[in-house]
Amino acid sequence: MLCRIGLFTILTTLLALPLRAEGVTSFTLDNGMDVVVIEDHRAPVVVHMVWYRVGAADEKPGKSGIAHFLEHLMFKGTDAHPGKEFGELVEANGGSDNAFTSWDYTAYFQRVAADRLDLMMKLEADRMTGLQLGDKDTGVKTERDVILEERNQRTENNAGALFNEQTRAAQYMNHPYGVPIIGWKHEMAALSKEDALEFYETYYAPNNAILVVAGDVDPAEVRVMAETHYGPIAPSTKLPDRARPAEPPQLAERRLTYADARVAQPYVLRTYLAPERDPGDQSEAAALVYLADLLGGEGATSVLGEKLQFETQTAIYTSAFYSGLSIDDTTFGFVVVPAPGIGLQEAEDALDKVLAEFMETGVDQAHFDSLKMQQRASDIYVRDNIQGLARIYGAALASGFSVADVQGWPEALQAVTPEDVMAAAERLLDRRRAVTGWLTRPETQEVTQ
Amino acid sequence: MIRFLCKIAVALALALPAQAAVEIEEVTSPGGIDAWLVEAHEIPFVSLEIRFKGGASLDAPGKRGAINLMSGLLEEGAGEMDARAFATARDALAASFSFRAYNDAMSVSAQFLTENRDQAVTLLRAALIEPRFDDDAVERVREQVLSGLRSDAKDPDKIASRTFNEMAFGAHPYATAIDGTEDSVTSLTVDDLRAAKDRVMARDRLYVSAVGDITGAELGVLIDRLLGDLPATGAPMPDAAPYDLAGGVTVVPFKTPQSVAVFGHRGIKRDDPDFFAAYVLNHALGAGGFGSRLMDEVREKRGLTYGVYSYLLPRDHAELVMGQVASANDRIAEAIKVIRAEWAKAASDGITVKELDAAKTYLTGAYPLRFDGNGPIADIMVGMQMQGLGVDYIATRNDKVNAVTLDDVRRVAAELLQPDDLHFVVVGEPVGLDVSN
Repeated sequence: MLCRIGLFTILTTLLALPLRAEGVTSFTLDNGMDVVVIEDHRAPVVVHMVWYRVGAADEKPGKSGIAHFLEHLMFKGTDAHPGKEFGELVEANGGSDNAFTSWDYTAYFQRVAADRLDLMMKLEADRMTGLQLGDKDTGVKTERDVILEERNQRTENNAGALFNEQTRAAQYMNHPYGVPIIGWKHEMAALSKEDALEFYETYYAPNNAILVVAGDVDPAEVRVMAETHYGPIAPSTKLPDRARPAEPPQLAERRLTYADARVAQPYVLRTYLAPERDPGDQSEAAALVYLADLLGGEGATSVLGEKLQFETQTAIYTSAFYSGLSIDDTTFGFVVVPAPGIGLQEAEDALDKVLAEFMETGVDQAHFDSLKMQQRASDIYVRDNIQGLARIYGAALASGFSVADVQGWPEALQAVTPEDVMAAAERLLDRRRAVTGWLTRPETQEVTQ
Repeated sequence: MIRFLCKIAVALALALPAQAAVEIEEVTSPGGIDAWLVEAHEIPFVSLEIRFKGGASLDAPGKRGAINLMSGLLEEGAGEMDARAFATARDALAASFSFRAYNDAMSVSAQFLTENRDQAVTLLRAALIEPRFDDDAVERVREQVLSGLRSDAKDPDKIASRTFNEMAFGAHPYATAIDGTEDSVTSLTVDDLRAAKDRVMARDRLYVSAVGDITGAELGVLIDRLLGDLPATGAPMPDAAPYDLAGGVTVVPFKTPQSVAVFGHRGIKRDDPDFFAAYVLNHALGAGGFGSRLMDEVREKRGLTYGVYSYLLPRDHAELVMGQVASANDRIAEAIKVIRAEWAKAASDGITVKELDAAKTYLTGAYPLRFDGNGPIADIMVGMQMQGLGVDYIATRNDKVNAVTLDDVRRVAAELLQPDDLHFVVVGEPVGLDVSN
């Protein structure tokens, strides 16, 4: 199977996974900053991450993109370490650093030799409250040009990315998950230094942050370092609640067609509003993980692959995807890329036929058992990637989950039964809560061939 | 994300040797196949990396894309199993296999658990030795390749790099994409695929590394069983590639808001005594970090792009210095102007002491950090073998970086960086660009 068609970054269950409890220590500093330490002594390396419980879905209306813009501006220096000194110090120590923004969190990380951890903490603690953007706007405006070029590169130059953006906006009628993380272009162009600083001062505080340290470290030493560098930072007393506008009942199916001359391969995308993992109750989400794998995981064994790629040549690629790690309602989706000569209506009808048949026939026990075996194995494979483990904990804690929730996820997955999967499917597959999108070329009016 | 992660740069970094506290054991199997092993018994699985030198460049004349399509079919039915039976068996073992073609190598990567290692190896052996190339599987994967080719034809990044290669490499395989053209892929037969397999998957071009929960004796038995029945010899290696591209600008009109530019000229061989001086030079010039001159001038000072970088590309049959940038259609001309100026400045003046020191501390400090997992270590080790480096290289690599002097860099910069030879292929609707060719 050649996986040439990278339509989506599909979060496989491997990424959603587990962790051995024995290598993980967690505690909270007096100022409210949560700390997770993951030990892995195989190589003299450490990953140091600070996660903030704020993301694009926490932005004010009209200020889309400010969470991500601030992430960029966080590299502009502080009084203690002006300009690019932070990055230069990381590089001078052979390290690498980066940051990322999601709807639910913003994170900064460095990967360095384990004996440089203290310096990383000193620098990251300094920029938690010490950011200086200067009196003039020049640097901020230049960086705004950079994020506009970033949007050009990721979205404007990519018909599939524009299509995803439109589909998502239709999926969420009221919740800010419908707004792109990078921002709508016209709102990005108007973001100011004041917008960034207001966001920074509101959300960047130790009691709104999680420190994750993973690698060749001793938890007791990490605690001392964390108390030294992060401990003195005063907690914020005015953190807003993370209550986002909720979705109203979705009563009407939505459909859209996006036509773009740059489309080489038309396809159908269907997403359903879906429940996310809930702290303390992850069973419904666990069932949906299996549903996605059963229907559209591995092409050669999934139900969609079998029916549309093997038994008939309706599609050249099919997939089902679901990621439950989210604060509010997430999405469950399907992609069908039709084979030559098959129209988009035909592809969509074939998808719906397969789903209807699945609801009749139910789960194949052997396939289900194989997926459970793979879930157990991923508990082994995931331990080879310490940075991946750090991200699992950081993303979960920044999204309101506890360490116990993260460590309980493998058990929640193992506890799922085929009946659970079918019940979850029954609740999920309601077209009134779905968006169906067609990505196509302008000249190809839909023709049944 | 604050910075664009450059896959090409990452690949190059991993292909370079590295240094860390890993103990490499050189294993020769009873059947005479060499492998490098790092035993790591903490986690009960093995990462196995296999390479066949030559890769897709060994496509027979007129059969471009055969090795790529063949690679995609190894897992689509083997021995007694059709594609679905194979996938079912693999998933039941929770093993993962990947087969990929590149310009200079074909790779086989596998991960399998200790608890069912023998069964996983039996399955992988079937894919390597007895692939079926069933008609329905061939047609299914062929359609996937064709779909990918059609998508690439509408992707500005792909259009840019493919145009550059077509203009640069004449009749050499490097001039065309490894996945072939719609015509060549459409006409490939099952016989072509079997012939392609025998051209590339042979023991006289084989490199093996393993990391994980296995001993040297066990690995020897394993690789004999897995690889012992491959043919002894394959097709002769390709000739050196000509480089025919003069300096200039080529525009490929494409309706999209942001222009993508790929640029480059002749480079330096991996085994050239000046390679490390060139590597240090490129780090300072454009390796992508915020310390690099291109990032500083094009992004930080002017906001013209989200990402700009340059890299050394020492392939087996040609060597290039390459780079890439993307800017809005009305700003790409300025970005190119700035890049040309930086190229010329580095060519005439070299780099500063501060830049040299920063590059050295970064490169030597980053070096042991690469060895942080079974998968990455196996990948690095197989790359080292393909470059003809010995296990002892790990201990001396940082010395080679540290030995580079300011004069070395200045001399190499004057030879390597040729601003007038730089050719830019620009895909988009660029405004105000002075076009040649």
